[in-house]
Amino acid sequence: MKEAMAFTYATDLERVKAQPLDERSRYLRGLIFRAIEKGGRGHIGPALSIVEIIRVLYDDILRQRPAEPKWPGRDRFILSKGHGCLALYAVLADKGYFPAQELDRFCHFDGILGGHPEVIVPGVEACTGALGHGLPVGIGMALAARIQGRDSRIVVLMGDGEINEGSVWEAAACADKHGLGNLTAIIDYNRMQSAGSVYEIQNMEPLADKWTSFGFQVSECNGHDVEELRAALGAAVRQPAKRARLVLCHTVKGKGIPSAENNPSWHHKSDLTEEVRQAIRGASG
Amino acid sequence: MRKRSLAMVYELAKRDRRVVFIGSDLSPGTLPELKRHCPERYFMEGIAEANVIGMAAGMAMEGLLPYVNTIATFITRRCYEQVAIDLCLHDLPVRLIGNGGGYVYAPLGPTHQAIEDIAIMRALPNMTVTAVCDADEIARLMDASLDWPHPIYIRLAKGGDPIISREERGFAIGKAINMIDDERGRSDVLLIATGVATTQALRAAERLAAEGVRCRLLHLHTIKPLDRRALLDAASATDLVVTVEEHSLIGGLGSAVIEALVDEGLGGLPRVKRLGIPDKFANHYGSQSALMAHWGLDTAGIVRAVHDARGGLRS
Repeated sequence: MKEAMAFTYATDLERVKAQPLDERSRYLRGLIFRAIEKGGRGHIGPALSIVEIIRVLYDDILRQRPAEPKWPGRDRFILSKGHGCLALYAVLADKGYFPAQELDRFCHFDGILGGHPEVIVPGVEACTGALGHGLPVGIGMALAARIQGRDSRIVVLMGDGEINEGSVWEAAACADKHGLGNLTAIIDYNRMQSAGSVYEIQNMEPLADKWTSFGFQVSECNGHDVEELRAALGAAVRQPAKRARLVLCHTVKGKGIPSAENNPSWHHKSDLTEEVRQAIRGASG
Repeated sequence: MRKRSLAMVYELAKRDRRVVFIGSDLSPGTLPELKRHCPERYFMEGIAEANVIGMAAGMAMEGLLPYVNTIATFITRRCYEQVAIDLCLHDLPVRLIGNGGGYVYAPLGPTHQAIEDIAIMRALPNMTVTAVCDADEIARLMDASLDWPHPIYIRLAKGGDPIISREERGFAIGKAINMIDDERGRSDVLLIATGVATTQALRAAERLAAEGVRCRLLHLHTIKPLDRRALLDAASATDLVVTVEEHSLIGGLGSAVIEALVDEGLGGLPRVKRLGIPDKFANHYGSQSALMAHWGLDTAGIVRAVHDARGGLRS
């Protein structure tokens, strides 16, 4: 019954579920699985829904210099849903921000890659993990760019459960007030939060209408289709605008591991049973 | 004190292009000069403290120096996680100016009374916690804040408080100030106070001196980092330490003093008496001074507490 509460979108949700993953997407998931195996834990489902979003941002959209992570002219990316960090770590490692061997020390005592990202990691802009922090911080960065006369663009990726937090809506109102054309918010709309379906736990629909009414210019896309993401994120982030943008990315939690897809028990795993390891290895193969 | 602190924000903004002001729905006409002359660095935001702190953090990550101002309870309690994560975990130079520390808003009731702000701010790694005693001292603190590399909580008092600080005694964040110049050597009682409680403690010290009690008074405008050296030097040369604060007895100045004395393992600790607010929300309105007197935090109450404690020492 709760699924019926979902508003209809132009994006074909069946196609989102069936979206095949190309070689690069499978390779990046392989890096995530490597970290999970070595770390013995991880937020698996929340990372797998955002792999293509982060991949496209770093491959095609953001102006960044991996060898110079603090380059002042860079675009800023904040992973506000910090628990999805394995996807960010995989992309940053692949881009050369740090050696891929760091993934083998995920959550280790002396590793730099924790269960939530911190600024000690080259390429990570803000410590996140407590939800609802990224958009306010992104607003500060966007205002700073304006004050300092930089054309940096700020991108903040949030979860669909995260937007339950009141601070997100404080920030949404503020972004509109300041007309932040250099700010793009993205929502990973996988329709699952930790406890279950977002429609059961805390329905936020009509989501596109809510953000539109808060002054955002809203678009949507299939969050696993690389071509659609390039078009939607490219238009949102790069095109000059007088208002903040929001891209609603329709995704599948756990995308890439069949038994994990849309399965809330794969939100976080800290005891990797043989069954779980087999499911991960099966997906890797 | 508040007026002076905001006037200083304007002075600092003229001096340093990194300085930005963010208010959260303050009274009309706040900082008009800054708004007029540097509108791009003046932000009057809504009643949205979580967003305001995150926004200040984002600005500070880009090299700006945000001075954020609203009522003390709202800038501490309301957005505690943002202060902890956005400011302290990133160790950013954001300044939180809290109006109405302690019982300043006595008539407005417990929702507006910051009686545990020092405790909760002190518990956060990287946070600096200050409570100056008068308007002249706030100007010195604001001046020093420009180059302090960490987040600072600035507890303000009411305004119109008597001026007791003196320029010749100097000012540095983290350095205690000896408020009684002519007292040297061993003392009968060492008073330690912060914020406007220092004014009451100074008057009490004068009254006690007139009775022949040798008093010293250490003003800790910075509760964190605590000036352990000055504290230990003074505490090792007295029979009785009395701490005075317009704050809960849990986690404030008195707690910090005891922690330092115990940690440093002074041989033969002096007796310590802590004066502050019991573990209670106020159940009276009236005025700041009436509530302070109610809990014995006025001059008469401090003198009485010293007498009682010294009587206990003798018996």
